[in-house]
Amino acid sequence: MKSKDYLKDLNEIKHLMNKSSRFMSLSGLSGILAGIYALTGAFFVNRIINNIKEASNTFESFVISYNSVITLILIAFGVLFLSIITAIYLSWRKAKKHNESLWDATSKRLLINFMIPLITGGFFIIFLVEKEMFTLVAPLTLAFYGLALVNASKYTLGYIRYLGLTVITLGLISLWFLGYGLLFWALGFGVCHIIYGALMYLKYDRK
Amino acid sequence: MGLITNINKAFDHRIRLGIMSILMVNEHADFNTLKELLDATDGNLASHLKALEKEEFINIEKQFIGKKPNTRYSATKTGTKAFKEHIDALERIINKQK
Repeated sequence: MKSKDYLKDLNEIKHLMNKSSRFMSLSGLSGILAGIYALTGAFFVNRIINNIKEASNTFESFVISYNSVITLILIAFGVLFLSIITAIYLSWRKAKKHNESLWDATSKRLLINFMIPLITGGFFIIFLVEKEMFTLVAPLTLAFYGLALVNASKYTLGYIRYLGLTVITLGLISLWFLGYGLLFWALGFGVCHIIYGALMYLKYDRK
Repeated sequence: MGLITNINKAFDHRIRLGIMSILMVNEHADFNTLKELLDATDGNLASHLKALEKEEFINIEKQFIGKKPNTRYSATKTGTKAFKEHIDALERIINKQK
């Protein structure tokens, strides 16, 4: 065997190690779109909150905020739902293009490891909302989402790890700016997703 | 002598190299997963698995999932060590020739 064959051997080993342990069909485009949904959502939420603030008296502001709660919840779930659907659809398309399956050992492992910190965080946040301690919701959602990304990154494209670390950092910084939760959400879920999604798109998708 | 000594004949085939690569990063893999990843036929894969088992580089665990028999494979300590030495040897040869 010549050294060229040995190099081919090493590349084959690397390829198989990645393919068998990491879910490679995650699409950068879904990150960009999730970021855009999040920013759009944040824009509307911001407008609703401004309406509440601008109300002429406390009764009026109370009525508006009461009506707004459902809209706010709908926006939050709308963003989440759209992001998940987009991610699944684009991953499915990418997997099909590379003749791989969307639901296999690697995507299962990715999902389980992503959900462990996320569900833990979810319980914390439900607890906080129940006790009406709203100020800590933004830092904690960012921190737990970041931890979920870092945990999942071992089973998918490497960039996810850096996205996770950035989001955790934002969550921790926002502890010192408790009134600005929405701004940090827009940065973490919007801007970060767009930046890292674009990086992933350029590196992995455009080939 | 020297350079070639650690090149392991047992890994001198694409399928066997592939099986070991997969078992390095996964605790275990079953027959069908290996088949899919390596794009091999049943008979071909089975004979290479047998060869690796004979060298005691892999473990074979037979179990049942429901009523379906399922065979899964994992790398032994001997296998892991031999494979690492093989990769190191490959790297040394490539670096020497640069």
